[in-house]
Amino acid sequence: MQFFVDIGNIISKYYLRLLSGLGYTMLIALIGTVIGLVIGLFMGIIRTIPESKKKSVRAVRKVIDFIITAYVEVFRGTPMMVQSMVIFWGFAFANGGQTLPLIPAGIFIVSINTGAYMTEIVRGGIISVDKGQFEGAYSVGMTHFQAMIHVIIPQVLKNILPSVANEFVINIKDTSVLNVIGVMELYYQAYKIQTMTYKTFQTFLIISVIYFAMTFTVTRILRLIEKKLTGKKDYVICGSQSSSDAEIRVGGGGRNGD
Amino acid sequence: MATERKSEVVFEIKDLEKSFGDHEVLKGISMTVEKGEVVSIIGASGSGKSTFLRCLNLLETPSGGEILYRGENILDEKFDVRSYRTKVGMVFQQFNLYNNMSAIDNCVKPQMLVLRKSKAEATENALKYLEKVGMSEYVNARPDQLSGGQKQRVAIARSLAMDSEVILFDEPTSALDPEMVGEVLLVMKSLAESGLTMLVVTHEMQFAKDVSSRVVFMDGGVIAEDGTPDVIFGKPKNPRTKEFLRRVLNEDI
Repeated sequence: MQFFVDIGNIISKYYLRLLSGLGYTMLIALIGTVIGLVIGLFMGIIRTIPESKKKSVRAVRKVIDFIITAYVEVFRGTPMMVQSMVIFWGFAFANGGQTLPLIPAGIFIVSINTGAYMTEIVRGGIISVDKGQFEGAYSVGMTHFQAMIHVIIPQVLKNILPSVANEFVINIKDTSVLNVIGVMELYYQAYKIQTMTYKTFQTFLIISVIYFAMTFTVTRILRLIEKKLTGKKDYVICGSQSSSDAEIRVGGGGRNGD
Repeated sequence: MATERKSEVVFEIKDLEKSFGDHEVLKGISMTVEKGEVVSIIGASGSGKSTFLRCLNLLETPSGGEILYRGENILDEKFDVRSYRTKVGMVFQQFNLYNNMSAIDNCVKPQMLVLRKSKAEATENALKYLEKVGMSEYVNARPDQLSGGQKQRVAIARSLAMDSEVILFDEPTSALDPEMVGEVLLVMKSLAESGLTMLVVTHEMQFAKDVSSRVVFMDGGVIAEDGTPDVIFGKPKNPRTKEFLRRVLNEDI
């Protein structure tokens, strides 16, 4: 019985800490995932630029490709906890002891780490888009950038959404490593509560439920979005030019045996 | 720009070569295309027809030779490829409609992005051409809701909506179910009659015979024979042409 009383006590006494920890965890994970995705898309756009005829451009490109590969390998190949320490204290080292503000530092670390994974995810997404889509875009005179933004990326996003959702869920959990630099996310708050109450098991049980609630909710929401993005199955047939009332909804599609 | 002449040269192609690694696909193609001509390019698979057409749209970069479009070398580093591509459209075997857009957006978006037209203007133009290809009922459908023949007609409308002067057709009916070939060929026939300059890589011998003003037979990366449909189908000079036609026309029966 004492167990439930402890839990009740911790929640009623420290709910503000728990809520703010939850808030920062969500904030850092969300912004970090979005910025990471943007980094990934940007890298994807750069990496798919068609071969240039000019030698100098080709040389620059080789260098950029190398930098992107190095970035991906380094950030995928080291733990985020270590990256946090290196980036946070590396910045302090370079600035005479002046440290970065914590929350932006946390967002920066998660973003750049997620970016490395997203770069690979986006690469896979671009490969999965038919090469004819690029050709269709180039053949009407679109630039590479226009083709990517208007034709390729929308299709890539649809394809990679499950992986992006996965990254987001991972980030909700992995922001907990940011406690090593003192970012006040959920794990950090639990740690603080535990040092004040000595109820380690109860405290961490509470936050594990909170973590699970967050990831579960996010997964459901993203699945809904995924469904929505797949698009409606029917479309509207336009009647004769004279009357727009003569619209009929058609289910399925014209494909035989659909 | 050019002074009025009876015949206006659109393309002048000289010794065009293309290799993929060690594999030489085009071994020196030279030909001239005049405005309003409908050129059918026929030949066996692997003879380089599609590669040739793709070189004309610069989807492939030629390894040698020259392509002059209205006197300008399109292979020149300073040549404006993008505005060239608006004038020389392309229709693909696999349609290549933008899968994330409806039929109408497929025709509207390129005009807005590349020709910088307003949405209203682009839509009006797109509707005009979608009607021309008989697709005005399906403007709201996405590509995966359309049949192959319908997709190809939208693709043709997309190219027309760019106000292309030339359209390159790369085996436009090869990926279609037999009963849909007719609807696409009918659209192409009406385009040919309207005076559009067309280069058509095709396996449809009847189309080549009836609609084109000129037939080019490619064999092993070179032009083996080039003449009017009457000559090519009636009394071809090159024995390779004869053999090819005997083969494909027999298959037709």
